[in-house]
Amino acid sequence: MYFDSFAALMNMDGHGAYVWFCYGLSLLVLVGLVAAPLRRQRIIRRMIAAAARREAAELGN
Amino acid sequence: MPWLGVLSVVLLAGGCIWGLAFVPPDFKQGNSFRIIYIHVPASAVAMGGYMLMATAGAIHLIWRMKLAAVVMKCTAPVGAALTFLALVTGAVWGKPTWGTWWVWDARITSVLILFFLYLGVLALHQAFDNQEAAAKSCAVLAIVGAVNIPIIYWSVEWWYSLHQPASIKFMGESSIHPSMLRPLMATISGMYLFLGWVVLLNTRAEILFRERKTRWVKDLVADGGR
Repeated sequence: MYFDSFAALMNMDGHGAYVWFCYGLSLLVLVGLVAAPLRRQRIIRRMIAAAARREAAELGN
Repeated sequence: MPWLGVLSVVLLAGGCIWGLAFVPPDFKQGNSFRIIYIHVPASAVAMGGYMLMATAGAIHLIWRMKLAAVVMKCTAPVGAALTFLALVTGAVWGKPTWGTWWVWDARITSVLILFFLYLGVLALHQAFDNQEAAAKSCAVLAIVGAVNIPIIYWSVEWWYSLHQPASIKFMGESSIHPSMLRPLMATISGMYLFLGWVVLLNTRAEILFRERKTRWVKDLVADGGR
């Protein structure tokens, strides 16, 4: 590792706050980009399943 | 698709850790230059994503391909998010390096326009009830806006700019040391794979939604497939 200690890695000679903010924000945005379609997929599947159940119930009556 | 995601995450995480902890600092900028490992991939892929969106739009207009319209729509939010990251990380990098968060210079302003183009495509798509009309208008906007891409690319050479010129050249010697370049290459390729991965995830959800009333989707859901 280039830095001597974990504290030095965090501080980066005073630039730590800038650097770590960028990486933290990027992590949040990238995770959000992956999570959004997965969540949407789940919601749509639930919607389709519910519609199928309704249809089956109507046919049963 | 899972291997695409895994490869992208490995390259991004590996490149970032490498760049954050193991690469020596820049002799002029010190440690703030480490933002490069997220700023440059986000910027490059924001532009690459725009070309993907505009190309998909053109394919939809010329060959009336429905899938191209879906890909176009699904690229826009990813591109907008990456452009946002490029702008914010650029501003945070600018503060310790240039002494300012923001300047109205050619490179930064043209990337801001890229961000608005993405938002414009998203908003325009929302504005239509008719999917076909929405796709056509968005495709036209995306294609016209593509003129901004070469402007962004050469802005640092055409105008006097605070922004440094490109360190990586397609031809000739790069002005960046190999030890700094290798992790950058890892994160750039990781980010391109990430774009592909998320566009595929978005496309899958969008197709499932559009085809929700068809037999094959109902059977798929009943069988518990993805």
